[in-house]
Amino acid sequence: MSRLLPLFGFLGLVALFAFGIWWNTQHDQNAIPTPLLNKPAPAFDLPQLYEPTAKVSKADLLGKPYLLNVFASWCIECGLEHPVLEAEGPTLGVELVGYNYKDAPADAKRWLAEHGNPYKVLLADESGQTAINFGVYGAPESFLIDAQGVIRYKHIGPLTPDVVANELKPAIASMLKEAR
Amino acid sequence: MTPELGQLALILALLLALAQGILPLIGAWRGNRALMAVARPAAAGQAVFVAFAFGILVWAFLHFDFSVRYVADNSNLALPWYYRIAAVWGAHEGSLLLWILILNVWTVALAAFNQKLPEVFAARVMAVMGLVAVGFLTFMIFTSDPFGRLLPMPGDGADLNPVLQDPGMTFHPPVLYTGYVGFSVAFAFAIAGLLGGEMEQAWVRWARPWTNVAWAFLTLGIVAGSWWAYAELGWGGWWFWDPVENASFMPWLVGLALIHAQAVTEKRGSLRAWTILLSIFAFSLSLLGTFLVRSGVLTSVHAFASDPRRGIFILAFLTVVVGGSLLLYALRAPKVAGGKAFRLLSRETLLLIGNLMFTVAAAMVLLGTLFPLIGDALHMGRISVGPPYFGFLFPLLMLPVVLLMPFGPFLRWGHGDGTDLKHLLLRVTIAAVACAIIAAFLVHGQIKAMVGVAAGVWIAVGVLLYSYKRWREAPRGRRYPAEMAGMLLAHFGMAVFVAGVLLSESLSVSSDVRMAPGQSKNIGGYDFRFDGVQRTTGPNWHADQGVISVTRDGSRVATMRPQKRTYAGDQVQTESAVDAGFTRDLYVALGEPMDANNIQGAWSLRLYYKPFIRWIWGGGVLMMLGGFVCATDRRFRIKRLPVTAAGNEWLAQESRI
Repeated sequence: MSRLLPLFGFLGLVALFAFGIWWNTQHDQNAIPTPLLNKPAPAFDLPQLYEPTAKVSKADLLGKPYLLNVFASWCIECGLEHPVLEAEGPTLGVELVGYNYKDAPADAKRWLAEHGNPYKVLLADESGQTAINFGVYGAPESFLIDAQGVIRYKHIGPLTPDVVANELKPAIASMLKEAR
Repeated sequence: MTPELGQLALILALLLALAQGILPLIGAWRGNRALMAVARPAAAGQAVFVAFAFGILVWAFLHFDFSVRYVADNSNLALPWYYRIAAVWGAHEGSLLLWILILNVWTVALAAFNQKLPEVFAARVMAVMGLVAVGFLTFMIFTSDPFGRLLPMPGDGADLNPVLQDPGMTFHPPVLYTGYVGFSVAFAFAIAGLLGGEMEQAWVRWARPWTNVAWAFLTLGIVAGSWWAYAELGWGGWWFWDPVENASFMPWLVGLALIHAQAVTEKRGSLRAWTILLSIFAFSLSLLGTFLVRSGVLTSVHAFASDPRRGIFILAFLTVVVGGSLLLYALRAPKVAGGKAFRLLSRETLLLIGNLMFTVAAAMVLLGTLFPLIGDALHMGRISVGPPYFGFLFPLLMLPVVLLMPFGPFLRWGHGDGTDLKHLLLRVTIAAVACAIIAAFLVHGQIKAMVGVAAGVWIAVGVLLYSYKRWREAPRGRRYPAEMAGMLLAHFGMAVFVAGVLLSESLSVSSDVRMAPGQSKNIGGYDFRFDGVQRTTGPNWHADQGVISVTRDGSRVATMRPQKRTYAGDQVQTESAVDAGFTRDLYVALGEPMDANNIQGAWSLRLYYKPFIRWIWGGGVLMMLGGFVCATDRRFRIKRLPVTAAGNEWLAQESRI
């Protein structure tokens, strides 16, 4: 029986790959609900990437809605997402806050120099400790946080033009409407 | 007309591969010598046709035949001839052709060197190689034809990806593929052994040199790739845990486990089932790598253009090959634990621990690589775990390997001697701690660097002490048989590699600076003076070239010329300047001008001081040499064998070394 284990393990992999191929033909990316949705965002107090001594906390960002974008220089999918942020960022109507996740500051700066920096504020979470409270699995992920500091929308995986148009922008629109 | 000849050659090669894959198997089953004899000529003919097709594609590139879509997509009139040849494997279709060509080279070598093998066994090995070729040729002919026409014919082609226009890139893929594909030989031996059943132990000895050579090529390929990424990508890094890198690293890890497991099986007869399983895994991971890179299920910086049809084909191929072999394994693998028993304290135990660590590490890398896919499957979204995951787990898994490495050679087969080990432990500990303390003053107490020195010394002293022991105890001329010399060389390479990794990771200094001409910046004790930027041109690019004079304590060290190239297709590519040295590299990459209209002015620059980074590749090269040296051992030369039990007995005697 134990001799069959490698075969079963392999068949599991095959199933995963078959799923992967099928998935690629069906979807681009998708968003899922999060336990934190419509709950206050966890508190944070993080150094800024370019000014490590000047920390930014959740309280500092209250009063204006913003899109918290988790990224890292080692994250390949982030490289795909970045042009979308660059292009769509100014049209969103909310500010972009970059959340640099488990990254060496030098790597992150270099990466931003290469890809461009669409962020108004850049937080650095080198250890990834604060990200645990946000329930970040990996990068990229994006959180839409309103003026009261409540998470209104979350997207795991890169923001594509499709996601921005069909999910993010409607979410922002409804949030702004409510605020008025 | 000629491209169609190439296509025809591929179809003929496929027919010959079918003959090579099926007829000898029937012959071996029925005892028909005529059918078994088909294998060699069929393999030779297949190789000729594949080489012919490859030659035609090279010809098309050299003669700018843009009516061939693949040529038009990957080269243009301005591309120099050497990069037009490299462009043959610059994209999916051509690299697949290269893959098949290399498979044929291995098969022909196998046919040439294995004439003394028992007839039935050799026929089965050749047949398995033939069946692998059938899969790849079918894949190429039906989904990835490199000779497809493009009408009307364009006047000029697109450009080869500028990232690939580097000397390292002409060399890296063929070497890497040689390693990848080489594992098909160990695989074919294992499958033939499973089919035959009776010669389980004998085949391992015959497979050993092939596996070592394949692993050595793979090592060289990975080292070349790493060096290329360092020199070309402008990030100053040498390993990124990118899916495509992982695709080559997984078979390397399993291959490493395999060459050690084969040694145990060959000499002691134990771990037989495990060796077979690893032979299957090593080649399966090579195939899996092909699947991951070409099917588009994962995103990577250097993935090939994806096409679902290709993904489905490779997946089906993978299922048949790997699933079939694992089923065969389940049915035919040796049922009883054979070979000589060994105690807890023995060389076998240490090799087994190493084996498990390498295999688990490969599984860990596989899991991390597939994480985006698993995330999709579990509705968590496509996310990558990246270096935080690998960088934490991999060193953890390698820690026992490094710790146990000095002791392996000292322990005897079967039952080791504890008192020997105590002396050894004392010596390596003293050496490692002493060197770490000395190093502490030089590296200003950086823990990671001290650990690097200690680990390197720990392994290296173990290797040196064992070399000394052999020198003292073995008779002249038999002190260092090639197999042992290769082992010592490779283990020493590991010491150099570990020290290089930890030292360069902890002591590197980097700085992003804005510099106006004449300004200086001090990094790692070196003064980098920016002397401005000039325009320069190459065969198919023009570039802004910076000049940086490096001095140390006033004396000149180097003049560095990093470039920012614009290629014919308006693609921009940075060319970093590297001043290499035994103890440190200086590395400069040119960023952007502060004012785009005034390149004479200030620029952003990236400066690196990277101590001991060359040791990383140096260690890899030593490991590769170890693999090659090992394969030349005289014991591996096949003497003409009787096919009977007497042959096995002879082998059993020979292996008591």
